[in-house]
Amino acid sequence: MEKPDSTSQVWAIEIKGLTKSFSNHLALRGIDLGVRQGEAVVILGPNGAGKTTLIKVLATIMNPSAGRVLIDGLNPKNDAEEVRRRIGVVTHQTFLYSNLTAYENLEFYSRMYDVPRRKERIHEVTAIVGMTSRLHDRVGTLSRGMQQRLSVARSLLHKPTIMLLDEPETGLDQQAISVLSEILQAEDEGKHTIIHTTHSLERGLELCDRLLILVRGEIVYERSRQALDLADLKQVYQHYTGIET
Amino acid sequence: MKRNILLWLSLALMVTALYLVFVYVPTEQTMGIVYKIFYLMVPMGWLSLLSFLIVFVGSILYLVKRESKWDILAHSSAEAGIIFTTLALLTGAIWAKPVWGVWWAWEPRLTSTLILWLLYLAYFMVRSLATEESRGATFAAVVGIVGFIDLPIIVLATTLWRGMHPEPIIFQGGLAPSMLVTLLISITAFTVLYFLLLIQRVSMKSDEAEVKRLKIMLS
Amino acid sequence: MRFWHKVIAITWKDALSGMRTKEIIFSVLVFTLLVIVIFNFAFGTSQEMMELVAPGILWVTFAFAGVLSLNRSFIPEKEQDCLEGLMACPASREVIYVGKMLGSLLFMLIIEVIALLIFAFLFNLPVFSPQIITITVLTTIGFVAVGTLFSALAVNTKAREMVLPILFLPIVAPIIISAIKASELALSGEPWSGLSSWLQIIGAFDVIFLIVSFLIFAFVIEE
Repeated sequence: MEKPDSTSQVWAIEIKGLTKSFSNHLALRGIDLGVRQGEAVVILGPNGAGKTTLIKVLATIMNPSAGRVLIDGLNPKNDAEEVRRRIGVVTHQTFLYSNLTAYENLEFYSRMYDVPRRKERIHEVTAIVGMTSRLHDRVGTLSRGMQQRLSVARSLLHKPTIMLLDEPETGLDQQAISVLSEILQAEDEGKHTIIHTTHSLERGLELCDRLLILVRGEIVYERSRQALDLADLKQVYQHYTGIET
Repeated sequence: MKRNILLWLSLALMVTALYLVFVYVPTEQTMGIVYKIFYLMVPMGWLSLLSFLIVFVGSILYLVKRESKWDILAHSSAEAGIIFTTLALLTGAIWAKPVWGVWWAWEPRLTSTLILWLLYLAYFMVRSLATEESRGATFAAVVGIVGFIDLPIIVLATTLWRGMHPEPIIFQGGLAPSMLVTLLISITAFTVLYFLLLIQRVSMKSDEAEVKRLKIMLS
Repeated sequence: MRFWHKVIAITWKDALSGMRTKEIIFSVLVFTLLVIVIFNFAFGTSQEMMELVAPGILWVTFAFAGVLSLNRSFIPEKEQDCLEGLMACPASREVIYVGKMLGSLLFMLIIEVIALLIFAFLFNLPVFSPQIITITVLTTIGFVAVGTLFSALAVNTKAREMVLPILFLPIVAPIIISAIKASELALSGEPWSGLSSWLQIIGAFDVIFLIVSFLIFAFVIEE
């Protein structure tokens, strides 16, 4: 397993011995992971594996029980604000207020992220995700696919260098999923460092530079994309999780 | 070992207190034998406050240090505390009936005790209704801290509120020395009992927590 | 300062949201009116009687309306995990506390001003005096200081609507008592000096619990 050594600065994300316990179960059991700048890491795993917990800890929404996380060399415990400026988060929940318009939501978040030249930037991100025509509609009136696109726009407002994606394609149809993938893979704003959790093996393989399988809080398998093909992956996945795909 | 000493000490003090209350101390002139409830009522009032103080201290330490032993301390103290507060209210009512002719009066001490009882209740309720146990401990700690800080304000407001009406007073003049001694022994006896109960509950909860921790690690 | 910039962003977002969903403000207003009317049926036999019970009715109404308003403070943040979205922003947890608190304060003051007008009209009492307005503002600050903390707590429990009043009402009991007493004195024409001890209690409560809630809030929303 690749582990970061403490001298290298090329690691965007360094995780050492990350543990998160809740009162009746251990969600993460001593995770060690290093993600390089610009690398796309996909984490596969069944429900309850700890994928969402991992994303939440990295996004500084949750505190770890033990272990250390460094983001761009910064420790969220001491430099939480600076860390949050570099991270964009997209989950299956949109973080959007349904009775406000798309524009109002984006304006709110751009204030919260100290985005300069708000209006301009809002139009920029809206164009990136292809939602310009619906900008002044209330979020509650948008389809799920549109809401997710808007959520991505929201996450890009502050030009984050690191993207954390937690099963963003949940509840979307095929077309919406491909639109989303396109947006997320686009590099107009520079190559992002990405951690993407999913339980679709095909999509995981497609999007990753490196792929991990997380089961019951532990990383049980890790390979780079060149070493993988779908058939093998399916076998491996079934071996570790008992799930046939 | 320590627990046994405490147990015997508590027993000894209790027996002494009972003797003092029922044999030694002279019967009070105006109220008669019912007055003796006084020697139970005051310790209960004192202990309901002491327990909440420990809840407060445990809660602060839990939030700051995040070690479950502090939560266990606070929780155990709250368990003792609500019992003492309930008894304080009951003995208060038993006292009130012959003295004021009513089971209940909205006088400062009783009103404050009632609110304290509601705070204890809120402490437990918030713990059990949380979506997850460790969050329940955090929420309970919040109630413990906010509630304790509020207590002086509650007492002040209720005292000022009722202060304008003619007040039935608890102490008719000073206390005779024999009554004072009895009262102090009674308070001491119950305080030792409190610490005994606290230690019992804390050790039981610690064992339960340990078992749980092992179960999680092995699962 | 960036702190206040973000606080205002949150308060403004809540205000905007509130204006959009007018049903909420209307339903709390209607509730307030109903409580006043029902109390009138219970007590309102004569003008003297009304003058006696008016302060009590006023503050019971405000306490209940307060619980209703505070309950809805964090519910929109639970949909679509918006609270987590806020927590991922480069803003401290305290920004969220102050932002939500000011939003609730604004909402409650609007309800209370309208309720006072209704009260003055229905009961023919001089409730729109500077004294009563001061009492109302001070007490409402106390309500939202503690209420915002507890609302964030309650929204993470299994019986949200029940948890908030059981936590909130015992804690604010002293300032409800003080507000009732001060209002009583104000209605009977006491000068400011007569009200001072009650106002001091409410003021002290406000300062203490603004600070305490500010410090504890982070613990309540973090897991």
